Amino acid sequence: MPRIPDFPTSFPGHDESHPLRLMEICGTHTMSIARAGLRELLPAQVQLISGPGCPVCVTPAGAIDAVLKLSLTPGVVIATFGDLMRVPGSVRGETLAACRAKGAAVRMVYSAADALTLAREDPERQVVFLGVGFETTAPGTAACILAASREKLHNFSVLSLGKYTEPALRALLNDPDCVIDGLICPGHVATVMGAEAFRFLPQEYHRPAVVAGFETGDLLRAVGDLCRMAAAGQADLLNDYPRAVRADGNPAARAAMEQVFEPKDDYWRGLGLIPGSGMAIRPEFSEYDAAKKFGFVPGEGTETPGCRCGEVLRGAVRPESCPLFGKICTPADPVGPCMVSGEGACAAAYKYRRV
Amino acid sequence: MIDFEHGVVTLDYGSGGEKTAELIDTLLRPAFSNPALDALGDGAVVPAPGEQLAFSTDSFVVQPLFFPGGDIGKLAVCGTVNDLAMCGAEPRWLSLSMILEEGFPFSSLRRIVESISRTAKEAGVCIATGDTKVVERGHGDGVYLNTAGIGVVHTPGLSPAAIRPGDKVLVTGPIGDHGTAVMLARADLGPGFESPIVSDCMALHHLAAAACAAGGVRVLRDATRGGAATTLNEFTDGQSFGICLFERDIPVRPEVRAACELLGLDPLYCANEGRMLCLAAPESAPAILDALHALPGGEGAVCIGEVTKEFPGRVVLRTELGAHRVLTRLAGAQLPRIC
Repeated sequence: MPRIPDFPTSFPGHDESHPLRLMEICGTHTMSIARAGLRELLPAQVQLISGPGCPVCVTPAGAIDAVLKLSLTPGVVIATFGDLMRVPGSVRGETLAACRAKGAAVRMVYSAADALTLAREDPERQVVFLGVGFETTAPGTAACILAASREKLHNFSVLSLGKYTEPALRALLNDPDCVIDGLICPGHVATVMGAEAFRFLPQEYHRPAVVAGFETGDLLRAVGDLCRMAAAGQADLLNDYPRAVRADGNPAARAAMEQVFEPKDDYWRGLGLIPGSGMAIRPEFSEYDAAKKFGFVPGEGTETPGCRCGEVLRGAVRPESCPLFGKICTPADPVGPCMVSGEGACAAAYKYRRV
Repeated sequence: MIDFEHGVVTLDYGSGGEKTAELIDTLLRPAFSNPALDALGDGAVVPAPGEQLAFSTDSFVVQPLFFPGGDIGKLAVCGTVNDLAMCGAEPRWLSLSMILEEGFPFSSLRRIVESISRTAKEAGVCIATGDTKVVERGHGDGVYLNTAGIGVVHTPGLSPAAIRPGDKVLVTGPIGDHGTAVMLARADLGPGFESPIVSDCMALHHLAAAACAAGGVRVLRDATRGGAATTLNEFTDGQSFGICLFERDIPVRPEVRAACELLGLDPLYCANEGRMLCLAAPESAPAILDALHALPGGEGAVCIGEVTKEFPGRVVLRTELGAHRVLTRLAGAQLPRIC
């Protein structure tokens, strides 16, 4: 079996039965790691685990239930990223794809801007963009709300299901059962928030943290840096993705996001209610808030019995440990959200499963 | 007279009466003229070649109808021609059924018919028989096409049953071009998405014939829906051997790789309409590659993997890092991702 040379394999307090556990918290990292087969090449003393890095996966079943109901409202066009199409709500098989087959107007878009274009072209219908995502996509959504407001476009609104990364990371690390020894920080989020936004990880939680890119080489470098810090007993923040990420990120994108959104307490699938973790549209833009416009009340919903997506999202279990994994839960017929989203930990583990 | 500039298809053109005859006489027969068709019987009568025949059919519902590198007409000819070619046959006769939607512009129909005519000539096949129906507006998607084809087998015995451990897996060119080109051309991916990526849609009969002539071919397959990964899984299911692909050897154009990254797609699962997978005896592989390299569309042929006893029943990818992971069949349609 090939091994990566010059990799530290001795970490204070860790051995093969208690490996160093490094968590990635970005769905694209999850996919890149699985696709490259990185786990197979790491020493047994190092384990990579996937956190709540896929925005589709952490959207609660109750929110999906409400979205499905909204999609069947006459005159409403739902504009959504493709990965939400097959996410089940509380009832297995009830998805946007199924609603579309029943006649709901559901359009796949690649950005909020595409949804805005749909609204401009079809003034007779109400276009609702499903604003799922972290700080990476939120500025684009905010820019569209600002544009709609400038243009006085009355048939465009956003169902804000966006979430902030930091409160979720704090919730994970505050958990007494937390198993994370170091973090691979999300490169895309960091392009907006800046590398320094993750300084609290070493400073307050004494965990080494590395902002990483998405190529195989980027991830090797990040894992290597985390291992070296852990071996030396250090906790620091490194920016290993300087070609895209500045220390202060993108202030213009953040300003747009802050102008439109404000924090609210929000549910995360698998993690529960996290204070200040959701993106609510500020009252001055309530005309573009689909939740207000259509009286949308998302609940927490109910999870399928036996599905361990919650524990998977916390990094407590690997996808393969779930009794449903690969048996009754597959990408073709998913039970939990981690299997349905292309960037979910279960989908990555299934699609790119080890030999 | 049909107005091919501004006219549209009406239900009358599917009535079987005068309008149908007009459509046949002014557009279809001139485009496809050949002895079998020109007899205009209820069916075509063709000479019996007295050998094994290959017989295949395929339906075409692609959207958009016109995409970079092709259109539904070219696809309808290449699809069936390639299915026959993969059977080790020389494609000879095609049928063509068109289901047109009321209101479909004649200008577009003429473009499609011309494309069918051109592609059929290039592939050396006759459109021997055909049918036209018109459905009410809203009951179709512009045009649906079906082709069926008959070919004369030149290399009998091509079969997954012939595969042996040690065989090489060859592909005739870069993978993923067609699926990516169509995905990018699709309006529901968002206005303003433009790319120079061109579909690989082409007839493969000459490449299949050249590979067979070089000898040692076990089985041929065109890697259409589900892509190369799904196609290869059909060979390994339930078998005592597996297939190992080498990531570093799999040809993917940089722009296709970039688009796939952006859309969250995997080139190994993207449809191809002009790429042939060839499993061949190891000692024959170099001669087959030489033969393919000499032909248009085969210049980029390479070996991307081999049949192995190591991973029975599975297709496995050796990643550039040297790790191994399983390549499963495609589950559902590929959906573009969030970010």
